[in-house]
Amino acid sequence: MASSVRENEIGLERGDYAGRPTTLCKGCGHNSISNQIISVAYDMSIDPTRVIKLSGIGCSSKSPAYFMSRSHGFNALHGRMPAVATGATTVNKDLIAIGVSGDGDTGSIGLGQFKHMVRRNIPVVYIVENNGVYALTKGQFSATADQGQQLKYAGVNELPPIDICLEAIAAEASFVARSFAGDPGQVRELLKAALSHRGTAVIDIISPCVTFNNHETSTKSYPWGKQHQEVLQDITYIPYADPIMVDYSAGAVIVVEMHDRSHLWLQKIEASRHDPTNKIASLNLLEESREKNLFPTGLIYVDENRPAFNEVSHLVDEPLVSLPDEKLRPPREALDQVIAKLS
Amino acid sequence: MSDTQHTEKISSEDEQRTIINDFQIVIATVNGTGSQTANTILLRSLFRMGIPVCGKNIFPSNIQGLPTWFTVRVSKDGYIARKETSEVLVAMNQVTIGEDIDTLPAGGVCIYPADWKVTERADIHMYPVPVKELLKSADVPSNLRDYVSNMVYVGTLAALIEIELVEIEEALKFHFSGKTKAAEMNMTVVRAAYDWAMDHLPAINPYRVERLDLTKNMIMLDGNSAGALGAIFGGVTLVAWYPITPSTTLVDALREYVQEMRLDPETGKSTCAVVQAEDELAAIGMVIGAGWAGGRAMTATSGPGMSLMSEFAGLSYFAEIPAVIWNVQRVGPSTGMPTRTSQGDVLSAYFLGHGDSKHIVLLPNNLNEAFEFGWRALDLADRFQTLVLVLSDLDLGMNPWMSEPFKYPDEPIDRGKVFTAKDLERLGTFSRYKDVDGDGIAYRTLPGTKHPLAAYFTRGTSHDEHAIYSERPEHWVANTERLNRKFDTARSKVPAPVINEVDGAQIGVIAYGTTHPAVVEGRDLLRRKAVKFDYLRLRALPPGEDVRKFIEKHPRCYVFENNSDGQMAKILQTEYPEYASKIVSLAHLDGLPLTAERLVTLLLQKENA
Repeated sequence: MASSVRENEIGLERGDYAGRPTTLCKGCGHNSISNQIISVAYDMSIDPTRVIKLSGIGCSSKSPAYFMSRSHGFNALHGRMPAVATGATTVNKDLIAIGVSGDGDTGSIGLGQFKHMVRRNIPVVYIVENNGVYALTKGQFSATADQGQQLKYAGVNELPPIDICLEAIAAEASFVARSFAGDPGQVRELLKAALSHRGTAVIDIISPCVTFNNHETSTKSYPWGKQHQEVLQDITYIPYADPIMVDYSAGAVIVVEMHDRSHLWLQKIEASRHDPTNKIASLNLLEESREKNLFPTGLIYVDENRPAFNEVSHLVDEPLVSLPDEKLRPPREALDQVIAKLS
Repeated sequence: MSDTQHTEKISSEDEQRTIINDFQIVIATVNGTGSQTANTILLRSLFRMGIPVCGKNIFPSNIQGLPTWFTVRVSKDGYIARKETSEVLVAMNQVTIGEDIDTLPAGGVCIYPADWKVTERADIHMYPVPVKELLKSADVPSNLRDYVSNMVYVGTLAALIEIELVEIEEALKFHFSGKTKAAEMNMTVVRAAYDWAMDHLPAINPYRVERLDLTKNMIMLDGNSAGALGAIFGGVTLVAWYPITPSTTLVDALREYVQEMRLDPETGKSTCAVVQAEDELAAIGMVIGAGWAGGRAMTATSGPGMSLMSEFAGLSYFAEIPAVIWNVQRVGPSTGMPTRTSQGDVLSAYFLGHGDSKHIVLLPNNLNEAFEFGWRALDLADRFQTLVLVLSDLDLGMNPWMSEPFKYPDEPIDRGKVFTAKDLERLGTFSRYKDVDGDGIAYRTLPGTKHPLAAYFTRGTSHDEHAIYSERPEHWVANTERLNRKFDTARSKVPAPVINEVDGAQIGVIAYGTTHPAVVEGRDLLRRKAVKFDYLRLRALPPGEDVRKFIEKHPRCYVFENNSDGQMAKILQTEYPEYASKIVSLAHLDGLPLTAERLVTLLLQKENA
C-alpha cells in the first residue's frame, strides 16, 4: 500500500481512529500502546463501529478512552472486564473486542476472571499493560513485581512474581505473546496477529511506569527492557488478501495460518529457535526466563485450532442482539402446550 | 422427646368426628431416600381430585441422611398457606419419630413402619404398617425396592383418607412422563399397600378427602420454573449464573425450556445463551456486558450471590445498563439457613451497591406473577436502562403451587430507548446521558451501530451528559438529579399494588410475596373475631402514590414480612417519613412460610397491647 494515500480501504483517515487526549503521565508506556492500536486498526482498515474497547480499573484501564473514539468503550470494574467481554461478545459475535488491562487488574483482583476467560477462549484481544506497580494508588507492589525489589513506600517485595503468560498457558490459552512498549514495531505486528485470532489473544506488554517504577533495577523499566529484550522472532503479518511472496529457507521460518486465513511469518532468530506451536517448549521458555531473569518477547504460544467460546455455544448464526422479537418470544401456542402439560 | 404426656384416650367425640378436605398431612422422611416423588404424587393426585392443595418441602442443606418434612394441606376453602399443625403424620424417619408424634393434636393419625418401636400415644390413632413385608410381597425386583418403598405410604394414605387410586395412577403417569414401566412398578406398590390397608385398618377414619371441583383448568408448578418460563417468553438472550440453592432450579428449568422453545427450527441452534460462570461476580458481569451490547440478560442467585453482585449493581445503576437479577431468597445473614425461606434481602436489594444507588424491585407472590415478572423484568430493565431485581423466595421458587394458567404477555417486547444509525443520521447529534424527554431516561446506542456518532464511553466514573469524564460538581449534581427523576418515573410504571378494602376496616395491612396466602386466611380468621382490615399487597418498589394514599388513610398499617428486622416497614417509613409512626412492623422469621395462625397472634398482640 502506498503511504501517500491518507484514507484506508474503508475511506477513513488515521485521525478517525484517534481517541481523546491522554491524561496519563508523559512517557507512560500505555500511551505508546494506544498509538500502536490506532495505527494497526487504521492499517487493517478495521471498521471502528464494530470494535468495542473494554477495560477494568487502573491507569491501563483508562487508556481505551485515548484511542478509537468512534468505537463503543466500557471502563468496567476492577478485574471484571473478562466477564463483561464474555457477555458482550456472546450476544453479539460480530463485535471485535479489544480489552486493556493492567498487572493489578489481571494478576491480582482479576486473576480468576482472566483465567476463566482464557479457558473459555472468549474472542477478545486482551492486552495487559504490565508495569509491576499500582500507580493510581501511588506505588504499591503488584503481583508481577520482581522479588526482592524495593519501592519508596512499599519497602521490599518478598514474594515471587506471577507470570501472566504462564498463567494463560496453564489455563489453556490459544494465543500468548509478550512484548515491550519500547518496541512499537513488535507491538504492532503482534496486535495484527491477535486481531486475526479466533479466541482470546493475550499480549502481556511490559509498559513502564515512568513515575513509580522506571529505575534500572526494575524489570518493568525502559532501561532494563531495552538492555534485556531478546526478540524471539521477526514477525510479519500477511493479510489474507496479500499474496505470499516471501522467500525463506526451510526451517528458518514458521508460518502460522490464522483462523481468518491471514498468515504470520515468524522468522526465527538463531539464538532462540522457539517454536510457538509447541506448548511444552513455550512453558519451558517462560520458566527458564523466570529462573534466569531473561526477557524474551514475541509470539510465545499459538493454537489456531481451538474454537472460540461462541463457536461452541450452539447459538444461531445471527448475532443474538439482531434477532427480531418473533424469534425471541415463542408463539402463544407454545405457552398453551406448556400449560396443557401442567394441568 | 418432649415433656408432654399424652395420657388421655381418644374421646368419643373425636371418634365420631370426620373432617373432610380440611387438614394437613406431614410426611417425615430421611433426606435422600427418594420421598420427593411420593410426596409429589400425593399432592398431584389430590389436586386432580379438584381439592385445593398446598405442598411445602421442609428440607435440610444436605444430600443424604438429615431429616426432611413435606406437608400437604387440603382446604375446601381454598387456603394455600401452610398450617402450624398437621393432623396426619407419615412417620418414616426413625430419628425424629418421637418428636413428630408429639406434634400431633389429639385425635390425630400416625402411620409408621410396624417394625419400629415407638412410644404410643393413647389420644391419637396409631397405625403400624408392615412396610418391608409389603415391599417383599409386591412384584418388584429387589434391586429397585428402595426406589419405590415410599409408595407404601402413598397406598396406605390412599386407603385411609380415600384418595382415588385412578388419580394416583394419573399422577404417576404425569411424573414419569412416558416411562410407563416406572409408573406401573410404582403403582404396583401403591396397590399392594392400599389393599393391605383396606383389609387391616379400621374402616372409619377422622380425616378424609372427597372430590371437589375447585382446581379445574388450574396448573401446578414451582415458582422457579414459572419465572424461567416468563424469561423465555420475555425474549431473554443471555443467562449467566452460578449454582446456589434455592435459585439453581430456575436455571435448570430455563435450560430445558430453551431446548423446547428457543431453538431455531431449521438449524436446531439456540437463541439464548446459558453460561455457567465461575462465580457470581462473573455471572453479573456477563449480564452487564450483554445488556450493554443490547442483549436481554439475567442471572439467578440467592442472598450470598447477591452480596457478591453488589459492585456491579452499582455500575448498572450509574452507567445505566439493563440487567435482571432473580434473587430466590433464603435465610441469611451469612450462609444462614440455605434451604429455608425468607424475605430477608429486601432492604439490601433495594439499595444494592455503595453510594447513592437504588433499584427497581419486583415482588412476585404466585406462579402467575413469577411468570409475568419473568418477562416484565427484562422490559423494565431495557426501558429504564437499569438493574431490576426480582425477589422471589425459596417458598415460591421451590415448592409446588397450584395456579391459574399463565397469561401470554399482553404487551410487545419493550427494548427501551435505543437510537439506531438511521435515528442518528436524522438527528445529527447524540448525547448519551441527555434527558431529551424529561422523564430522566436518556437514549442509548448499541455497540456495532454503524454511524460515526454512535459511540460513547461507558464508565462507572462521574460523567457529563456526553458521557465524558467529569468531576465538576454541577455535572455530578445534574446527573444525580436526572437519575432520581428516572427513579420517580418508575414509580408509576412498575406493577401497581393490589388493594383490597372492606367495609368497616379499622386498620391497614401491607404484605408482599409469599406472606400473601397467610394474610388471606388470617383475614377470615380475624373477621370472626370482629377485626377487619384493608389490605395492600405490594408488587414492586419503588412504591407509588397509591401506597402513600393507603397508608395515609389508615390510623395504623401493619407490615407482615418474613424477616426479623421489618425491612419493608423500614423502607416504607423512609419513603413516607410523615407517616413513619403509623407503619408498624410485624416481621417474623423462623425459616418457614408464614401461617395464618401466626399472623393472627402477631396482629392481635399489637392491637390489644
